[in-house]
Amino acid sequence: MPEGKFCNKTPITTDEQLKATLGDKGGKQYYEEMNHLDVDSDKLWASIQKTMKSRTKTWLEICAHCGLCAESCFLYQVNGRVPEQVPSYKIQSTLGVMVKKKGKVDNEFMQMCMETAWSKCTCCNRCGMYCPHGIDMGVMFSYLRGLLYSQGFVPWELKIGSGMHRVYRAQMDVTTEDWVETCEWMAEENEEDWPGLEIPVDKEGADIMYTCNAREPKHYPEDIAEAAILFHVAGENWTVPSEGWEQTSLSMFAGDWECCKDNVLNVYAALERLKPKRAIGTECGHAHRATVIEGPYWAGRPDGQPPVPYIHYVEWLAEALREGKLKIDPAKRIKEPVTLQDSCNYVRNQGLKDVTREIISYIVEPGYFVEMAPNKEHNYCCGGGGGFNGIGKYREQRNVALRKKRDQILDTGCKLVIAPCHNCWDAIRDLEEEYEIGIRWSFLKPLVIGMLDVPKHLLPPEE
Amino acid sequence: MYDFLTGPMLWLTFAVSFGGLLVRAVMYVKGLSWQLDRVAYRPHMKYGIRGGVRSILAFIIPFKARLWRTRPGFTLIFFAFHIGLLVTPVFLEAHNVMLQNALGFSLPALPTGVADGLAWVCLVGGLFLLLRRIAFPEVRIITTFYDYLLLVISVLPFVTGLIARYEMGDYNFWLAAHILSGEIWLLALPFTKLSHVLLFFMSRMQLGMDYGIKRGGMKGTDMAW
Ligand code: SF4
Ligand code: SF4
Ligand code: SF4
Repeated sequence: MPEGKFCNKTPITTDEQLKATLGDKGGKQYYEEMNHLDVDSDKLWASIQKTMKSRTKTWLEICAHCGLCAESCFLYQVNGRVPEQVPSYKIQSTLGVMVKKKGKVDNEFMQMCMETAWSKCTCCNRCGMYCPHGIDMGVMFSYLRGLLYSQGFVPWELKIGSGMHRVYRAQMDVTTEDWVETCEWMAEENEEDWPGLEIPVDKEGADIMYTCNAREPKHYPEDIAEAAILFHVAGENWTVPSEGWEQTSLSMFAGDWECCKDNVLNVYAALERLKPKRAIGTECGHAHRATVIEGPYWAGRPDGQPPVPYIHYVEWLAEALREGKLKIDPAKRIKEPVTLQDSCNYVRNQGLKDVTREIISYIVEPGYFVEMAPNKEHNYCCGGGGGFNGIGKYREQRNVALRKKRDQILDTGCKLVIAPCHNCWDAIRDLEEEYEIGIRWSFLKPLVIGMLDVPKHLLPPEE
Repeated sequence: MYDFLTGPMLWLTFAVSFGGLLVRAVMYVKGLSWQLDRVAYRPHMKYGIRGGVRSILAFIIPFKARLWRTRPGFTLIFFAFHIGLLVTPVFLEAHNVMLQNALGFSLPALPTGVADGLAWVCLVGGLFLLLRRIAFPEVRIITTFYDYLLLVISVLPFVTGLIARYEMGDYNFWLAAHILSGEIWLLALPFTKLSHVLLFFMSRMQLGMDYGIKRGGMKGTDMAW
């Protein structure tokens, strides 16, 4: 059973392995080794038997092969409507065959499955809303990804991504020290403009525990500062944990379920340690899905809820605006056509469609908000979901996928797109880079800070 | 032959068909797993039932779900086919006479003209479903021999029934063929994809519960299916 040095069935669990795999630029050797990786059919079949319950079994069995799901998938639409992109075909020809053959499949088949699972589906769950039988391909592809991961057939970046989560409990190599330092640094940096600004670490019994996406401390520390400023202006009693602050889960996209559980338990441990009244996550879709929507199940919480009420940033922001904790200066509202990207991971997965529009009603001058069509729970994926954004091997396919969002945005005629999801934000940035349609994009935090009506006592003393 | 088909064979068919479907329903529910499905069925039963019922209704009422509105032509054919398939045999006068003789009660019967019409609708609908499998690449690629076979099993009772009804050829032969094909259809229900007569409701209910509990229902925002 030849397993490669980088491409094998063992997850990355040490810093050395991580660095070594990272050193294999672009995964050249990794993918070469994958060509020789054996399939452990017995293990594959055993795990299918153990984990494939009525829901998936029935879905595979009763699919009427009616093709009604075809048009619901944006990847089918942007790829010239080739039949190979029909959701039902994608799952029947991969998972369906794997089950039929009782796991007796070969390397070539597994590589085809890998390509399908990670480059032909973003787990956006849209097709599930359009299948008369209620067959949700996004769910099934997540399941297939788990099977593929356990056999070592996973894109290089995601093997590393889940390794990061295993080693650092963060999607990037941000250590506890790095994180705490970044918080201190950001508080200092902004103290002059916002007297009294703090980022309290490990405060027990606060009203709010804030968690974020590791990209923030790593690449956009100003995002943490912005969160701090808004909590500060709103007068919130809040804190961040020194451990358990990272709520994203590349392991969820990689199909590394063990790692998903470990990470979410780490966040929940922080909740139990600091005992906040509730938790608030940053502007990120998949992070919310991982910690709040799916996380409780990985952690084995029978009520399907996190240990304390845990909400998405848009929910807190809407509440703060509604209750007047944050006030908008009407003169500074957005007065240009602006549109909103609904993130599948909290709209189709948790119904947060109206709160985002409530925020819009406060920050956009009436008449300037333009909806994308379709929108809300019928909205299309940004094009880079489910890990698609980060996989070099499938960059070309990802760029094609971006066309749907490009066209949707072009149709609105807006030059400004609000994207309260890290991954959507990235995808929209990439689509501008790739297609140059002349748009700008933004998270909510900087927009809101720019139009705040700040009480005098919170402003720096005038010279 | 006639006596056998409408006597012991019929009872056996009913027993296997309905018994089999019942077993499938029980197995389905037993095979749900809150942790693997990631739906907290039990603790949030009320939200779940609500979501499940919404989800079923959206898809059994023509043009209610967005899917149905996006393809009006297909929706018409689809519903006509299914209504014909289910309503005709249950309310057919001839069937109810048999029911009366066997069990001493009967259901209201359809006027002959309506019953004939429904049977034809079913046949034409079936033909359209067959043609679209061949014509559209997105359907062709997922269609297998099995799909055609099931379509044939489903419409065969109507073909034979109409031939007998118009008394073309040997009436007794076609009557026996009709009964037999009806029994084959019933027997196929629990063992083939035709099990969707029941599993459709189970699967829709399940996804509806998923949406009602985890994906929005508890946030007070119902999904617009
Ligand atoms: S719409 Fe549903 S039943 Fe029809 S082919 Fe697609 S997955 Fe199968
Ligand atoms: S989940 Fe999304 S990307 Fe995947 S098949 Fe369905 S619609 Fe397409
Ligand atoms: S990145 Fe945003 S739009 Fe794309 S799949 Fe994720 S949540 Fe959906």
